[in-house]
Amino acid sequence: MDAIVLEGLTKTFGSVKAVDTVSLRIPEGQLFGLLGPNGAGKTTIINMLTTLLKPTAGAATVAGFNLSTEPDNIRRHIGIIFQDPSLDRDLTGRENIDFHAMMYGMSKELRHQKIAEVLEVVDLAQKADLLVDQYSGGMKRRLEIARGLVHSPRILFLDEPTLGLDAQTRRRIWDYLRSLNKKLGITVILTTHYMEEADSLCDRIAIIDHGRIIALDTPENLKSGLGGDILTFECDETEVDRVIAILQDISGASSVISDGMKISVVIPNAERHLPEIIANVQAAGIMLQSASIKKPSLEEVFISYTGSTIREENGSLSDKVRSFTIRRMRQ
Amino acid sequence: MIEPVAIYVIWYREMIKFVRSKLRIIGAIAMPLFMLVFMGFGFRRIDVPGLPPEIGYFQYFVPGIIGMTLLFTGVMVGMVVLVDRQFGFLKEIMVTPASRVSIVLGRIAGGATTSIIQALIILGISLFMGFRVSGIPQLIAAFIIMFLISVIFISAGLILASRLHDVHDYNNVMNFMNFPIFLLSGALFPLVNLPVAIRWLSFLNPLTYGVDAIRGLLIGVSAFSLMGDFLILLIIAIVMILLAASAFKTGEVT
Repeated sequence: MDAIVLEGLTKTFGSVKAVDTVSLRIPEGQLFGLLGPNGAGKTTIINMLTTLLKPTAGAATVAGFNLSTEPDNIRRHIGIIFQDPSLDRDLTGRENIDFHAMMYGMSKELRHQKIAEVLEVVDLAQKADLLVDQYSGGMKRRLEIARGLVHSPRILFLDEPTLGLDAQTRRRIWDYLRSLNKKLGITVILTTHYMEEADSLCDRIAIIDHGRIIALDTPENLKSGLGGDILTFECDETEVDRVIAILQDISGASSVISDGMKISVVIPNAERHLPEIIANVQAAGIMLQSASIKKPSLEEVFISYTGSTIREENGSLSDKVRSFTIRRMRQ
Repeated sequence: MIEPVAIYVIWYREMIKFVRSKLRIIGAIAMPLFMLVFMGFGFRRIDVPGLPPEIGYFQYFVPGIIGMTLLFTGVMVGMVVLVDRQFGFLKEIMVTPASRVSIVLGRIAGGATTSIIQALIILGISLFMGFRVSGIPQLIAAFIIMFLISVIFISAGLILASRLHDVHDYNNVMNFMNFPIFLLSGALFPLVNLPVAIRWLSFLNPLTYGVDAIRGLLIGVSAFSLMGDFLILLIIAIVMILLAASAFKTGEVT
């Protein structure tokens, strides 16, 4: 059965289409990632699926319930970890979780047992009775994960779960999400703009840009879809055109791109081709300054689909306006 | 779709926060307290036209300040909702399966409890200053009136909070609302002193009936019939709860 089905889901804020006719099926038990730059519409999708925002058009089912007619049933079966903190800082960690568990109508005994369990899992049992105000960023995040789990949801939504956390905490949260997914069979849907996170964690990824899904597959398939590894050479600028010509003659080479002194080519099993290329280039009397092989990452996949890197801070003005508008409207 | 557990949880959270945040309590009752103490002492010998001769100004004035306390602390509940929104906690409440109606009722229950506690602090201080209550049964009946006043203004604050998303905007609107409601309620002076046109505004003001009923119960003097005050407050309170619940049903949360 599918945990989540989206059919033409659309959300417009004023004149900006934050989410543009997105259709998607996520089977039960999958660890699914929505990958995209800030302002791509990931959070808007999550907010709609968690019943916080009403779609402008389209339909969706979550945990088998219709988004527009059965939002209360959906809320009962999902857990959410928001992008921005959502804890009550005047309460202790334990009170925050207890409050949440009571809202789900859990009995006192069950609450007691589950709270101890989830606090243990996120390693906060010792700090549970401190006010949240005294927690570090990583502790707050872990507490939110514990809270999102205490009512045993079937689907867990996480919006940028490791944003702003240090590498060590990030890895622990990854391990933890993996084990939740595998051991308890919880369907996990997360948004991220970290390539490594999507790559190492997710069974399947949708790459989102400007509110649309531009690629949807397993990380392995997405990467192998690129057609091979990336070989990059550097040489004198006057020789670039000749090197390109040589590269284009190598069997299996595709998408030769040059940028100043750098030339890159996508080729399967690059290490096998490297000696041949270097020999050909030298035979032509050209001096290479460097050569490197890069196994494809989601970063390259993203570039190949969108033509820009995800981390680019200097996105186009229209991208910035779009991102800003969505952010404002969400408040 | 009323879930007692959800109402209780939201009420309970409000109680924990109330007990822990001494500053908030002081902040909320500072204004009525200053009014009570300074104006109470300052005007205690003043002769206000329209007062029954056997009633001193201080006796007349204390029920008005109790009404003011309920108004000011009640409208603050909307502010709490906006602060919850700012810290993301509102989303956390709204994604739980608790119905919107229960959430609104929980807010009202929590707010009414803290408002009435604060009104009682004011009443207690005024007793030290020489205020005389007609009797214990009347005092208990006054609780019911206080509760209705709280419900009305907490609901108004909630409706406002569901539409205004900015704490500063809320503050401005709150100041703009609070003072006319307070000044035109007969809290400080009998309404007969107002020009007829403005007096009509007073008749549209729920606090007018609230203060009048508290006065009728606590000092035995009221402009309207007690039963009339009670029924008007009851009807307005019910309508306001329904409006607040529907405001949170239709408003988006994020």
